[in-house]
This record gives sequence, C-alpha cells and structure tokens, in this order.
Amino acid sequence: MNKVVTSIEAAVADIPDGASLMVGGFGLCGAPDSLIAALVRKGTRGLRTIANNVGVDGYGMGLMLEAGMIASHIGSYVGENLLLEQMMLESKIGLKLIPQGTLAESIRAGGAGIPAYFTPAGIGTVVAEGKEVREFNGRQYILEEALTADFAFVKAWKGDRHGNLVYRKTAQNFNPMMAAAAKITIAEVEELVELGALEPERIDTPGIYVERVVVSEHKEKRIERLKLRKEGR
Amino acid sequence: MSAALTDAQKRERIARRVAKELQDGYYVNLGIGIPTMVPNFVPAGLEVIIQSENGMLGVGPYPKEGEEDPDLINAGKETVTEIQGTSYFSSAESFAMIRGGHIDLSVLGAMEVDESGDLANWMVPGKMVKGMGGAMDLVASARRVIIAMEHTTKKGAHKILPKCTLPITGLKVVDTIITEMAVIRVTPRGFVLLEIAPDTTAEEVQKATGAKLHLEQPVRTMALD
Repeated sequence: MNKVVTSIEAAVADIPDGASLMVGGFGLCGAPDSLIAALVRKGTRGLRTIANNVGVDGYGMGLMLEAGMIASHIGSYVGENLLLEQMMLESKIGLKLIPQGTLAESIRAGGAGIPAYFTPAGIGTVVAEGKEVREFNGRQYILEEALTADFAFVKAWKGDRHGNLVYRKTAQNFNPMMAAAAKITIAEVEELVELGALEPERIDTPGIYVERVVVSEHKEKRIERLKLRKEGR
Repeated sequence: MSAALTDAQKRERIARRVAKELQDGYYVNLGIGIPTMVPNFVPAGLEVIIQSENGMLGVGPYPKEGEEDPDLINAGKETVTEIQGTSYFSSAESFAMIRGGHIDLSVLGAMEVDESGDLANWMVPGKMVKGMGGAMDLVASARRVIIAMEHTTKKGAHKILPKCTLPITGLKVVDTIITEMAVIRVTPRGFVLLEIAPDTTAEEVQKATGAKLHLEQPVRTMALD
C-alpha cells in the first residue's frame, strides 16, 4: 500500500468544479497551504467549502476567494477576511456561519456515521431557526446535522505511506475530523517518514481515513498575529 | 471620573478585577480582547489553567522574541507558549470539554447585555459579520459566564440594556458584568449593582447604564490592587 502522490499538482488533479471541499486549519495555523495553492493554480470553480475560517486577505483560502473559486462556504469565523465580509454583506457568496463547536462536532459526526445530534449551542439565536428543538433534562437542544464532503485537504506534521498522520501542537484543530469526513482525503505533510517510524500509540489520524499523502512545498509557515513578551518576565 | 481614564487604563482595570474572580484549580476560557489580558493579573499562589478552544489546555504567556512558533497559537490567533502540563487536542475534543460543562469560567467581551442575562456579541446586521466562533458553545455550556467590557460604546451609547437589540449569542447566559465603572450581577430581579469603581458614583453608573440597576445592599468599592 502506497498512498504517496509525488506532486502537489497530481494530488488535486481530479477535483471537479462544484465539488464540496473541507479545508483544515484554524486561521493560518495547520492549514494545507500547498494544496490550496495548487487548487488556485488549477482554477477549480464553484466550490462548496467547509472550513473554520477562510484564510486571510491575500493568503491561504483568501486566495481562493479572490480567484472567485468559492460558491458557498460553511464556517464559524470570518473576522480576518475583509473581502469575505464584504462579499457577504453584498450577498455575493453563500455564507453559512455556525458555532465553532457545532462545526467541529458536525464534521466529527459526519466521519463517524452519525447523521445528526443535539447541542445546546445557539438556542434562542438565528442558528436555531428552522431546526428541531427538543428538551432533555429540562434544557433545550438543537438538532444539528452531520457534515461530509467529496474532498478534504488536511495538514499534518508527519505522515507515512499508509496515511497515518501526526499533528504538531495547535496545528491539529479541525484536521483529524475532516480527514474522516471526506470521501477523498488528501494529506499535506511536512515530513514523509518511513513506515514504522511513527509511534503506534501516538498516531492522531489512522491511515484508513487518508487516500493520498503529499509532501508540502511550503517550508515557511506564516504567523497571523505575532505577540511577544518583554525579556525578563 | 472614569472618563479620565485612557482606553488602555480602562481595559487593564477591567482585567484586574476579572482576575479576582479566579479560584485555585479553575479551568478558564478567555475570549478575544480584554479577557486575554486577565492572566497578567492572576493572584500569586493560584494555579489556573487556561483552555483555548483551538485545541490547547494550559496556555502560557506570549513567547520571547525568537521563541514564537506558528504552530502554537491561542484562539485569537496570537502566538503563545506552553506551560508544564500543557495538552493539545482536536477542535472536536476541545468543544466536547466546553459542551460537556468542564469549563469553570468563560470570560467574554460583549456588544450588548440585557437584564435577562441575554448576550449579543457576534454581529451587527448590515455592518459587521465576523461570525460567532466558539462564543455560542461557550456561553451555552460554561458553568459561569463573566462579561468583561467597557461600560458604554466609544460614543457613549448604552451596552447594558433592558433588552438586547443585536442578534443574540445566548439567552440567559450572563452571570456577572465587569466594566471600568462597576461590577453588576444578573439576577432574576434584573441587574444588581455590587461594586463601583473608586472614581465614580452609583448615580453616574446608573446614567451610563440603559437598564435599572437595583441597589440591594451597601455598594462596595471595586478592589483594584
């Protein structure tokens, strides 16, 4: 079994116009920069994306937005993307904002074969509009449906040819659930390691969830908000 | 007069007062803005663990120059550091912690709070759409929600109201409001004024508030050391 694809271009070659696509990352942290860049070069259009954010203006998924590739988006926070905020206020994009925990759990449920679940997040808000609300133990909960996708782009620290993945620090975020929730998951890894090199007890995403592994072309990672403390504290 | 304070001084005062609500062993989630400043004022001897909803328990201070790591950020996307005992996990695990009621205290900013404890902090129709992020999950499930915010808008408009006018983040979720002027508790009878800052009066606080403040006992002076 060898899921390694030798070029980023080849890894995204079969993604058709109109596909649904999950993209890992929390802001720019743990985002699959090389896969996004390859898709922008390919120019796929009409995409229905699912991701917590939409990159920032001029970087990451922000480039897909600028290129007019995204028809609709499901996410929880777009505060770093003036272009998207503007497009939404002008109704130029179908944008659905949902609570971050609901986004995470809907994707988890999608990968785990659970079609819907109840959550208290959003009771009494626009999020609950049109959805079933049921009471359990005196509290109200909203019925939320699972999310799945045709493709997922995930970013990992290390991966092997079976698709086993390990994430680094807070770069994990939405990546493991998305890997499980898409029909075709493409993992961009910083380091491709020999089979057996990853500690079996410490694998974050078992290879069964991953269809393709490709080595990242981005050697430098961007920091969205650099905050430093004074020396001596 | 509170009006004499700079914005930075107001924010620091609010963060200092919020820090006094912390207890040893608390697991706390801090929203973006003023809440992020709270760890600077944790009383000595208290061990408080900060949860960040992007997948981290045990958030440390900002890094020193040269120690910043793009893979290590808080929910405000700022670079942070680990402490001894830090753990990392997925967003699904992170919100399982939150939804499961394991967070002792959630501190958030607000645009509006009303006397039912309803909160609005994620959207201004036609003007600003940032998204709710994790706020709806946090307020629905944290054991206690404190709002840390400036008492009025920059233009002096009321933010503490009889009824929220902006899209709601959560219903009946706010326990306490801490501003540069006052500490206000949300009760079944409405807002109760608990403390006022040393440089203001109960009358001034009421004037800066859009809803009735009930005075149930002698109002204390806000502790700000």
